[in-house]
Amino acid sequence: MSWSAVEMMTVSAARALANDDVCFVGIGLPSAACNLARHTHAPRLRLVYESGTIEARPDVLPLSIGDGELCETALATVSVPEMFQYWLQGGRITIGFLGGAQVDRFGNLNSTVIGDYARPSVRLPGGGGAPEIASCCRRTFIVMRHSRRAFVDRLAFVTTLGHGPTGRERRALGLTTEGPALLVSDLCIMRPHPETKELQVTSLHPGVTRERVIEQTGWPVAFAAAVDDTPAPSARELEVLRDLHARTAIAHGVDAAE
Amino acid sequence: MSAFLSLRDAVAGLVRPGDTVALEGFTHLIPFAAGHEVIRQGIGELTLVRMTPDLLYDQMIGMGLARRLVFSWGGNPGVGSLHRLRDAVERGWPRPIEIEEHSHAAMAHAYAAGAANLPAAFFRGYIGSDLAAVNPNIRFVDCPFTGERLAAVPALRPDVTVVHAQKADREGNVLLEGIVGVQKEAILAAARSLVTVEEIVDALPRGCLNAVVLPSWTITAIAVAPGGARPSYAHGYYARDNAFYREWDAVSRDRDTFRAWMAANVTGVAAPQAEIDEARR
Repeated sequence: MSWSAVEMMTVSAARALANDDVCFVGIGLPSAACNLARHTHAPRLRLVYESGTIEARPDVLPLSIGDGELCETALATVSVPEMFQYWLQGGRITIGFLGGAQVDRFGNLNSTVIGDYARPSVRLPGGGGAPEIASCCRRTFIVMRHSRRAFVDRLAFVTTLGHGPTGRERRALGLTTEGPALLVSDLCIMRPHPETKELQVTSLHPGVTRERVIEQTGWPVAFAAAVDDTPAPSARELEVLRDLHARTAIAHGVDAAE
Repeated sequence: MSAFLSLRDAVAGLVRPGDTVALEGFTHLIPFAAGHEVIRQGIGELTLVRMTPDLLYDQMIGMGLARRLVFSWGGNPGVGSLHRLRDAVERGWPRPIEIEEHSHAAMAHAYAAGAANLPAAFFRGYIGSDLAAVNPNIRFVDCPFTGERLAAVPALRPDVTVVHAQKADREGNVLLEGIVGVQKEAILAAARSLVTVEEIVDALPRGCLNAVVLPSWTITAIAVAPGGARPSYAHGYYARDNAFYREWDAVSRDRDTFRAWMAANVTGVAAPQAEIDEARR
């Protein structure tokens, strides 16, 4: 069975989720990955969406963070202030999914502007929940498509702290949460070096060469001592993921975001 | 006690040029009909406050009504950019717009502080983020008990908050349910408040899951506006028009196409008469 780079990415992210995780989920690929995990190896995975829905069990993927499906299938729905106060800041979330327009080698993220803040060349949507997801969740997973425009040597703006500009800032800022523990792209999996916290390639997706990752990364990318081959998506993983997308397309009358 | 008014009279009476206005609703129950009436009446120089500006503020900004925007995530959910917002920020069209940019957590805490009649909100936030360097309303204080450095933002106290809800009873009490967002806090934080509703019922249903009930004495005016959240949704009444959210990308990308759409669908259309009749009944 053949698969797309996005499917490989989604499957890789899903595999990193465990049954006892409580996941703060964003729309698009994170939502697809979380629901794939819930329908395969992690049926008890608890999904929390920032619209206030706790233990949402959607049968189709939401197109917005506040779709009615999330509320109808949730164990409980709380207000947005409560979600950010008691649940996120309260330290109840184990994994936060993040993405952005740009990431650097320490997993810091820009989702605010390209260019000068006051007169930007591109005004991006902004941080939303990300700045506090990054500091309050036990650890974060980053999901982004690999390209030189996105994987940059220097961020135009730090919207969301990863391991900090030098990789040492989290502890200095008093944070006890782990920060970025995993980055999944369409080419590879990266994890922070245990000491320097620099993201390094720990697994290459099937058919991807080191040269391709080097070419698509805007900093001199490091590889772990032992680099694994990411197992290809299984027939079951692809079947469940494609069913999920097909149900979503029928329910919404349009294709899902990812 | 809340007054039952037509949407036109409610907007004319409550929303004034130069006001700080919050039209809230987190994806669900976005008060489009009320926002469109603000556009029709051309009430300008507004400071618009909303966590997720969404299509409604894209429209109000594109029509030149906003002097300033306070927000935390300015995209078209699941689709991409808000092109009118981007045009205003990047190129000053149709007029330059000041922005005050926060995170969701900050906005949520700031509404709650406003509802609690506090001057500011204190929370664990903005750690290591450049947002604090570009927004002078993000500051830090030391906890007087533990010494922990905490983020502080001013409470949000809108001149007027506008929300859409499912039901009001004949006394003017309001019920909203489903994803309830920050509406309760935004209403209680505001000096004046306008609630548009799908319908007026003899009595609010009992035992609703997750219902927020706002007593009539917390609301200045109620206007009946069936479908008043479209293309957003009203749980139990109609679904989100996802196709329209996608179509908006093309409509809003071009200034002329945008203006033509607004003329054909908002400014060239009167507030529907049915709403007025319903409110007076």
